[in-house]
Amino acid sequence: MLADQDRIFTNLYGVHDWRLAAARRRGDWDGTKEILARGRDAIVDEMKASGLRGRGGAGFPTGLKWSFMPKQSDGRPAYLTVNADESEPGTCKDRDIIRHDPHKLIEGCLIACFAMGAVAAYIYIRGEFHNEALVLDAAIAEAYEAGLIGKNACGSGYDCDVFLHRGAGAYICGEETALLESLEGKKGMPRMKPPFPAAVGLYGCPTTVNNVESIAVAPTILRRGAAWFAAIGRKGNTGPKVFCISGHVNKPCNVEEELGIPLRELIDKHAGGVRGGWDNLLAVIPGGASVPVIPKSICDTVLMDFDSLREVRSGLGTAAVIVMDRSTDIIRAIARLSQFYKHESCGQCTPCREGTGWMMRVMYRMVEGRAEPDEIDTLEQVTRQVEGHTICALGDAAAWPIQGLIRHFRPVMEERIAAYRQRSGAPMPLAAE
Amino acid sequence: MPKLSIDGIEVDVPAGATVLQAAEAAGIEIPRFCYHERLSIAGNCRMCLVEIEKAPPKPIASCAWPVAEGMVVHTDSPMVRKARRGVMEFLLINHPLDCPICDQGGECDLQDQALGYGAGGSRYAENKRAVKDKNLGPLVKTVMTRCIHCTRCIRFITEVAGVPDLGATARGEGMEVGTYVEKALSSELSANIIDLCPVGALTSKPYAFVARSWELAKTDGIDVLDAVGSNIRIDSRGPEVLRILPRTNDDVNEEWLGDKSRFAVDGLKRRRLDRPWVRRDGKLVAASWDEAFAAVAARVGATRPEKIGAIAGDLCDAESMLALRDLMGALGSENLDCRQRGERLDPRRRDFYLFNSGIVGIEEADAILLIGTNPRREAPVLNARIRKRWLAAGIPIGLVGAAADLTYPLRHLGDGPGALGDAAAVLRDAKRPLVILGAGATARPDGAAVLAAAWKLAADAGALSPDWHGFNVLHRAAALVGGLDLGFVPGPRGKAVAEMLGGGVDMLFLLGADEIDPGRIGADTFVVYQGHHGDRGAARADVILPGAAYTEKDATYVNTEGRVQRAQMAVFPPGEAREDWKILRALSAHVGHTLPYDDLAALRLRLGQVNPVFDRVGFLPRFGCSDTAGPPGDPAALGEAPFAPPIETYYQTDPISRASPTMAECAATFAPVALAAE
Repeated sequence: MLADQDRIFTNLYGVHDWRLAAARRRGDWDGTKEILARGRDAIVDEMKASGLRGRGGAGFPTGLKWSFMPKQSDGRPAYLTVNADESEPGTCKDRDIIRHDPHKLIEGCLIACFAMGAVAAYIYIRGEFHNEALVLDAAIAEAYEAGLIGKNACGSGYDCDVFLHRGAGAYICGEETALLESLEGKKGMPRMKPPFPAAVGLYGCPTTVNNVESIAVAPTILRRGAAWFAAIGRKGNTGPKVFCISGHVNKPCNVEEELGIPLRELIDKHAGGVRGGWDNLLAVIPGGASVPVIPKSICDTVLMDFDSLREVRSGLGTAAVIVMDRSTDIIRAIARLSQFYKHESCGQCTPCREGTGWMMRVMYRMVEGRAEPDEIDTLEQVTRQVEGHTICALGDAAAWPIQGLIRHFRPVMEERIAAYRQRSGAPMPLAAE
Repeated sequence: MPKLSIDGIEVDVPAGATVLQAAEAAGIEIPRFCYHERLSIAGNCRMCLVEIEKAPPKPIASCAWPVAEGMVVHTDSPMVRKARRGVMEFLLINHPLDCPICDQGGECDLQDQALGYGAGGSRYAENKRAVKDKNLGPLVKTVMTRCIHCTRCIRFITEVAGVPDLGATARGEGMEVGTYVEKALSSELSANIIDLCPVGALTSKPYAFVARSWELAKTDGIDVLDAVGSNIRIDSRGPEVLRILPRTNDDVNEEWLGDKSRFAVDGLKRRRLDRPWVRRDGKLVAASWDEAFAAVAARVGATRPEKIGAIAGDLCDAESMLALRDLMGALGSENLDCRQRGERLDPRRRDFYLFNSGIVGIEEADAILLIGTNPRREAPVLNARIRKRWLAAGIPIGLVGAAADLTYPLRHLGDGPGALGDAAAVLRDAKRPLVILGAGATARPDGAAVLAAAWKLAADAGALSPDWHGFNVLHRAAALVGGLDLGFVPGPRGKAVAEMLGGGVDMLFLLGADEIDPGRIGADTFVVYQGHHGDRGAARADVILPGAAYTEKDATYVNTEGRVQRAQMAVFPPGEAREDWKILRALSAHVGHTLPYDDLAALRLRLGQVNPVFDRVGFLPRFGCSDTAGPPGDPAALGEAPFAPPIETYYQTDPISRASPTMAECAATFAPVALAAE
């Protein structure tokens, strides 16, 4: 369990003031100039040594990502883009970081920009985060006022601007290249990769897109050292991480915990346990809507980190733990997620545009049981036809929850179909072909 | 030059090529819907998926994946086939499969590729999506339920046509291609999206439910409704031309075609002259060929040669102009002119009246000055080439003449010749400057001075060098360059158009000349009109000889660049109408001066004797300017009058398009917009 002195987000719950003076008392902006004085390479090396993996869902090593940026500019400026378009169902960590600890993010922007030779950071914040945008805007103004960012930031001689841009509420704009399109004023549709943003990103210039949490933890890592960060958690899954626990628990909460904490301990210690006791647990979606659900048998022992969850064919994602007890209609729960992905698909590429709607419609028939048993296999095949065939990862995200459902709860689906047959006494009425 | 292996075939392709292009080089066809070599890469249909070793272990869209040295690609592995079948299934679940009532049937990419990758039946048991059709104007018919969202149309309209009209609204399954606020596509190239659409979502509105593609005879032709000489394919069934499609020629029209050239085709069936007519007692009455020829011959016999004149119109082929020239020569008349609007073009040197850089030369220009021209209306396909150059290099473009939106940003330097002095600033520092002078800008009293001033401007800007000829005349009439090449101009004692009118000649032969105001022809002038449409010229005529339209004859045309191109006969002329050179050959016998050619081969031999350029068909050599001495013209004669907009209504410029109901509808649709914009 994470010791109090190892917490990075010391104002996660907003007990204290978010403003600059209070943030400074908590240690933010302490010795930033000295950190920058270490030089670009030293900062990137330190980040690599910390083992920090991106907190936005994919878990790509942050230091490595920073090192992809060109060392020498070819005349184009470079940019940092911070992804604050937090829309993954169940996830609300970036929101608390922004509204209660905005200076961690702003300081992180400066350091990350410096480490990548970027001239500016663009923070793309989700449109619905109105109050958070106001706070962050004020915090950026405070930082400019205090000379912490802007010209000669922190007296380091480095110029760095931080801009805030509000999105309009599309989930797809959280995909890094769609975010860049949206930031450029176009329709939020993912771009083809390659070229990757580090080569051709925002306005055609080298760009790195990082999650809010990844950027916000960077100053603390550099202040306390990579060794401190790497000592927390397990090998390859280091550091503390903000978990968002929601659903059928007694006390839903955001909590910063060590990566690799057992799921059961996380829920029992911080969320007051599953509603009706651990044995009342049905399943958990451990990392936001787009990762496969895991049943109680796995929840009993699984550790909450990237690699452990991958071993049980799920994922840490954004570490949004959605807990479902035995009162849950698991088919309906997953069908609702299918509806979400159908609604949020950008419509650009074929498998996702057509597949999400197909999956959703079959899923809602599965909720009623109005289907043939072999349609479960068809549904599974459709998810495979979507997965890995799309431009961005939204297709994968739409496919995985259904795959998880079929993998772990197929008997429930078959029962539902049998029950429907018994009730209606007739073969499933099909829509006209 | 990276070397890679595709299905075991080794190919070398230029660095930066895509896997799909490399596969084409290896002779392997990769199915695709969204990819088009002349548009930006979208990568959204996912049909071109291939497997690449040592790349991410999933199918990869080959249209957007750059080649690399030593890459090993499989285009027919089990993974690839499975992936393509999956994509095809997705494309078909919401496609209406209404092929029996779809005009795209038979030439549909989705049909063709479903043959290879489609399943025998559907596993999709839900209701299909239905999308409301859009009204994109009189040319493009939409059945949006068939749309597979490849976005080719959006990319064409945005990138090539250069108007911000088309886009996609909403997202996911609900995504729809449309104009958002319903409007007609305001581009002269709009109908190219019909060709680009891989399914039946965008089809031709005038051609709806007319024919199936396999019923049509396909003939190669040359478009004559502007001076670009776009290569076309004429699709006919029996005696009717049903539609016209562009044919690919990268040097001329790439694979685009202007809307007028495509849709004026229904004008070929209306107001046609299908039999000879002779005016008796002030009224035109139907006559036989013999009666008509006799009437002409009688008049020729009664008129002194210097009082006989001939004017060639916009759509004439070189063969008929040569036959008429030879006939006039045999009669002893020097009153010939093919510049029916009175263009002061100088026929003495070919580079005084050609688009010398060639249309492909536009893609090398680094600054362009337009004088008295609106290429968007005069030659929309050529205008797309200028836009392409601007997109690629952002070159400075200036305009002297009536201000217009030409789909690229330009500096409007002035309305009249007075602005020519400062116009050179646009070309400053350019290594390959281009001056484009509209032929219409010389059709004014100070036309010779305008021509000379434009030449001088080009010379001063360095546009005339031994390896670059940057002085270009943009014609609007398909026949004019051919006429000038054949010397269809007044002889030393001959009269030009203006002098022949108003009673300057007693007998006037109009070869398809419909752009002169009949009121200007002398009241006592005997007018013989030979042509294919009952337009202005025929209305004034005393004898009408029914000729053939451009789809109805084997003919030679010379485009604005000086490129000689041959068209083939697709259908026969209607009724008693005949090919034009044959009419003139028959007439020559009646007037006692039989022309010395009995067949097309002999006539074409004669073409090459008159001007050797006619022996060089299709090919156009690049040339520089060896002699910078310009056409004569008194700079002091330059007037102050602004250059008039050369074409008021793009859709109605010639007898064929004026007879076309589709073009009339277009003119009605777009005219109010043009007014509102002023």
